[in-house]
Amino acid sequence: MATYVRYIDRIREYYLSKYNNPYRWAHFEDVPFTPLKKPLAESRVVLVTTSQTTARNVERKESDGMQNAGGMYSLAADTPLDLLYSPADNYDTAATTLDDVNAFYPTSRLHEAVASGRIGSLTERFHGVYNAYSQRRTRERDIPAVLERCREDGADVAVLTPV
Amino acid sequence: MSLVARHLEANGISTVVFGAARDIVEHVGVPRFVHSDFPLGSPCGEPHNAAQQREVLEIGFKLLERAFVPRTTVQTPFRWSKGEVWKDLVFTPEQPYQSPEAEREWLERKEHYRKLRAEGNV
Repeated sequence: MATYVRYIDRIREYYLSKYNNPYRWAHFEDVPFTPLKKPLAESRVVLVTTSQTTARNVERKESDGMQNAGGMYSLAADTPLDLLYSPADNYDTAATTLDDVNAFYPTSRLHEAVASGRIGSLTERFHGVYNAYSQRRTRERDIPAVLERCREDGADVAVLTPV
Repeated sequence: MSLVARHLEANGISTVVFGAARDIVEHVGVPRFVHSDFPLGSPCGEPHNAAQQREVLEIGFKLLERAFVPRTTVQTPFRWSKGEVWKDLVFTPEQPYQSPEAEREWLERKEHYRKLRAEGNV
């Protein structure tokens, strides 16, 4: 079995011939760690995604199309599945599809986990963060806003998904 | 995504990241990571395979319960059902990552962003 794809090398080579300006991924020596404070069956879980998942009944602002400028937004956690979709194009379009939202935004699976008692509850809101060219903007503006909303909603645990 | 995980975790919220780009997530450094060796776009299981998606999520729950140090990665046992040819093709000249139209739009958005930034609007 082939091992997993080394995207950092692959993407650098792919774009080098075109733009000669390789992206520098963030890198940290230290990684924070917060053990679970209570059993999952008593924990409140939030879903946070960079998959651009949104709802058909939510009006999109012009700035929502500016994914590369960053920004964050929230969706009701109980948004019906048939209203959810992602307009993202930054995935392997040749190999997979975004037809099934639960493959990148596992809302139905999380609701099932509440129903079965595996997790305690879900927050009222889930959150999206747009990828930004500026890691600083993400760190200084968008992520603190996500944290604030997670705290307002009493989240103990966060499930995070890209596209 | 990894930056979000790090900030929430540093502020008392336990996190688990589901993803496919293992080298990128591990390069940034996150507390807990569930790696599925799948194409970008399906980090929580294959589309229309709810049973597998449930298993992937459960692996994340167990990781939350059992990890005792940061940078803990687990790999799900699943293989992409249509084979592994995608691994040889993604981000190669043989299979352009984006259509010419999509790439042009991307460059236009980038230019628009530069303009907004120059005007102090982002």
